[in-house]
Amino acid sequence: MTAPEGRLLRLLVLGAVAGGLVLPILAGLWETARAAFGHLPAIGADGLSLDPWRRLFDLPGFGTSLTLTLWTGFASTALALVLAVGLAAAMYDRAGFRGGARLLAPFLATPHAALAIGLAFLIAPSGWISRLLSPWATGWDLPPDLATVNDPAGLALILGLLVKEVPFFLLVILAALSQLPVRRHLEAGRALGYGHGVVWIKVIGPQLYPLIRLPVYVVLSFALSIVDMAIVLGPSNPPVLAVAVTRWFLAAETTLILPASAAALLQSAVVAGGIGLWWAAERALARIGRVWIRRGGRGVSAEPGLVAAGAAVTGLMALGAGALMALAVWSVAWRWSYPRALPESWSLAAWGRSAAGWGTAVESTVIIGVATTALALILAVAWLEGEDRDHLPRATWAEALIYLPLLVPQIAFLYGLHVVFLKAGIGGGIGAVIWAHALFVFPYVMIALSDPWRALDPAYIRAAAALGAGPVRRLFAVKLPILLRPLLTAAAIGFAVSVAQYLPTLFMGAGRVATLTTEAVTLSSGSDRRVTGVYAVLQAALPFLAYLAALGVPAILHRHRAGLSGGAA
Amino acid sequence: MRLPLLATLAFGLAAPALAGGWDDTVAAARGQTVYWNAWGGDERTNDFIAWASGALQTQYGVTINHVKLSDTAEAVTRVIAEKAAGQAEDGSVDLIWINGANFLSMKEQGLLHGPFLQNLPNARYLDLSEGSAAVVDFTIPTEGYESPWRLAKFVLTRDSARVAEPPRSMAALLDWAKANPGRFTHPAVTNFMGSTFLKQALIELAPDPSVLQAEATDEAFSAATEPLWTWYDALRPNLWREGVTFPENESVLQQMLNDGEVDFAMAFDPAAAAAAVERGLLPETVRSYAPEAGSIGNISFVAIPFNAAHKEGAMVVANFLLDPAVQARAQDITVLGSYSVLDPAKLDAAAKAAFDALPDSPALPSNEALGPTLGEPHPSWMTRLAEDWARRYTE
Repeated sequence: MTAPEGRLLRLLVLGAVAGGLVLPILAGLWETARAAFGHLPAIGADGLSLDPWRRLFDLPGFGTSLTLTLWTGFASTALALVLAVGLAAAMYDRAGFRGGARLLAPFLATPHAALAIGLAFLIAPSGWISRLLSPWATGWDLPPDLATVNDPAGLALILGLLVKEVPFFLLVILAALSQLPVRRHLEAGRALGYGHGVVWIKVIGPQLYPLIRLPVYVVLSFALSIVDMAIVLGPSNPPVLAVAVTRWFLAAETTLILPASAAALLQSAVVAGGIGLWWAAERALARIGRVWIRRGGRGVSAEPGLVAAGAAVTGLMALGAGALMALAVWSVAWRWSYPRALPESWSLAAWGRSAAGWGTAVESTVIIGVATTALALILAVAWLEGEDRDHLPRATWAEALIYLPLLVPQIAFLYGLHVVFLKAGIGGGIGAVIWAHALFVFPYVMIALSDPWRALDPAYIRAAAALGAGPVRRLFAVKLPILLRPLLTAAAIGFAVSVAQYLPTLFMGAGRVATLTTEAVTLSSGSDRRVTGVYAVLQAALPFLAYLAALGVPAILHRHRAGLSGGAA
Repeated sequence: MRLPLLATLAFGLAAPALAGGWDDTVAAARGQTVYWNAWGGDERTNDFIAWASGALQTQYGVTINHVKLSDTAEAVTRVIAEKAAGQAEDGSVDLIWINGANFLSMKEQGLLHGPFLQNLPNARYLDLSEGSAAVVDFTIPTEGYESPWRLAKFVLTRDSARVAEPPRSMAALLDWAKANPGRFTHPAVTNFMGSTFLKQALIELAPDPSVLQAEATDEAFSAATEPLWTWYDALRPNLWREGVTFPENESVLQQMLNDGEVDFAMAFDPAAAAAAVERGLLPETVRSYAPEAGSIGNISFVAIPFNAAHKEGAMVVANFLLDPAVQARAQDITVLGSYSVLDPAKLDAAAKAAFDALPDSPALPSNEALGPTLGEPHPSWMTRLAEDWARRYTE
């Protein structure tokens, strides 16, 4: 257990992260920035100019797009956080809550695009809910002209984001709560005359928040720059900024790439500014909160709020499940016209006809997902093991590096990164796609793995060392088997993240690499919900299978070792 | 009169010299995989391309890899990115389904390979005389930089169960929309179909439609579009969702017709509705028709980027698409239902019989119902229309 060895391992990983993750992002940002200031010789734009910015500010709908982005990003993140904390507070003591929360994993696994497509069908004026209620309850023979999706205020988009973000926050909160003496706080609070909900707000909340701050920023950044879900559920004229940027990048008029690049940079600024604003709000809230807590009021009852949060989350999950079910039903429908509750004729034609298409898409999705996940997992284990061997504390600055790909909006550097990859002669292939996916998969694998890894009881390691096991043997014979469950969970999350990647696949694959997600989003611009249903079902099924495997494999391998099924997954 | 003759002569003279050239092309193409970047939103087109790949594989040893785009401009952006990276060969795009503004943009920036059309043996079935629809793309002479593959013509589709007597002019459409608010809309104007609807209205409402054939000037534009905006201002509040939001493209609009959210769809393909009925995507009561005064028509082309990795294979594909047997198959309503680009006068008896034997469908408009074909305005009109529309109606 020599220190240099650990340091070397850590340096190696840090080198890989810097060279493989951070440099490409910076290079991509650099290329985007050059175009944003008027330098893109390929379309005859040379030299430095502020013209792209002037054009950007003059583009119709620019201001509305910006406002919409801020509104949907902040509203969805804040609401998701409140709902998740509320549900955790309401249900924490109930038996089976932790196991139940684990069942939310499939929602995490379902890619945004698939969920959005299903949700759009569910809540549209001609959607499933309306069909179930018509005409007997509503009197509608034809769908009403209501803006329940693509509404100008972006409410449908916020709803879609909530369905994805609440489960994510719940899992993050559960992991964080295991580090706090929640039960003792609750008992002490109750003894002092505080209500259950108030203890959560005044005592547990302030301790919990610092532990989940980074995931909150990740969600905020994600919500501020989402593209695929915003295309399906968001307003269209004008759309949120990230969608507008994507459209400008891909517009027929090639000179629009310049203002698009400027907007992509602006998108990064929006995210940075958004996080700054959130941070400032945190501070302000903390200051006000402290005064409020010190006053020591016991009278407030937060119970109705908790009940409401529970109901809202249940509703959201029902919507999510309904969305997935709608897709499955469509994939086996033939004709399903309004206002029938179920298709009038069924057919497996959509599965059969597009078999050749989805076969290849499944294949490349799996190859990319497995390769990316393996890469990310090896890196993460090496990182954490290096930390262990060196007896190093967790380095926050290094962790910030890992989070960089999640905090910088994809659209800001992907176009530039594509140019960089092309210059290096590695563009347009499956290798480039795997690399680009790894940028986003690695951080999530680290998030999922680092807490269980660090929570591992050092007694096991000391015992192994005392029995004469070297560091390599300790890793492979003790740590990895004990941590099998969290390792597989991290792998499943990584795989799900890879399956869901839309923009990196689109840009890095030069359109040649067709995954289920790119096909599903492309098809959702077409008219055949049945074929879209096939792709979306597959898109949701793959990560779901990965999660099942993550639950099932340890259960089988460890069936005689009850103590090993713990490990804080 | 003299120019077309000269062109034909030149073509006639060049052909024998190129015969050997074509054999070389076919030989070089063998074993190549052609990355054809084509809009992937239409499953029938996708199936047709997959079929073409199989047939080409047997005949020429060439395979097509269909890169499905949600917008043609994606491919253009890709080629520009490659040019930006200095990648002058081995590009990722071999063939693009293209026309109009995308073609003009690529041609102007020297992003296209060619001219190559005159080298294709099957080009002899086309009407190549100057000004013919096969050599003009949105009033821009193609100069051999793209090869035609399918014919498009603007039609409206209604559900005859809900709309018995459809409005056949833009003025009548406005009256209908006022009487049935929220039951009509068009795709977003950023989309090709949306701007085509505006162009169709512009041709009908412009005081002097002939100005549309030349590049738009500020003056001509404001004069020609004034009645259009007056008409649109009156129409918009009666559109679906009061004209605040629009479907992404014509496929989404077709889905809305199927769902009963609106009573009309529109397409740039007279057979689109019949094809959709065939596939269970529209009720059997839909009918397509063109406005009384005629409708915009144009031809879709394929073009080859300057840095394509498989230019020979791409040319073999372009030539294959012009084969009379392939064109007849494409026109078959049970296959693709897209009208042929070939000049009937240049077909032999066997080829003509193949076209005559094609099946019919009630949703398919008769030739009379299709009316005259109107030429596309110069692309500058489309760009300006879309910009001006966005300025006026984006909140």
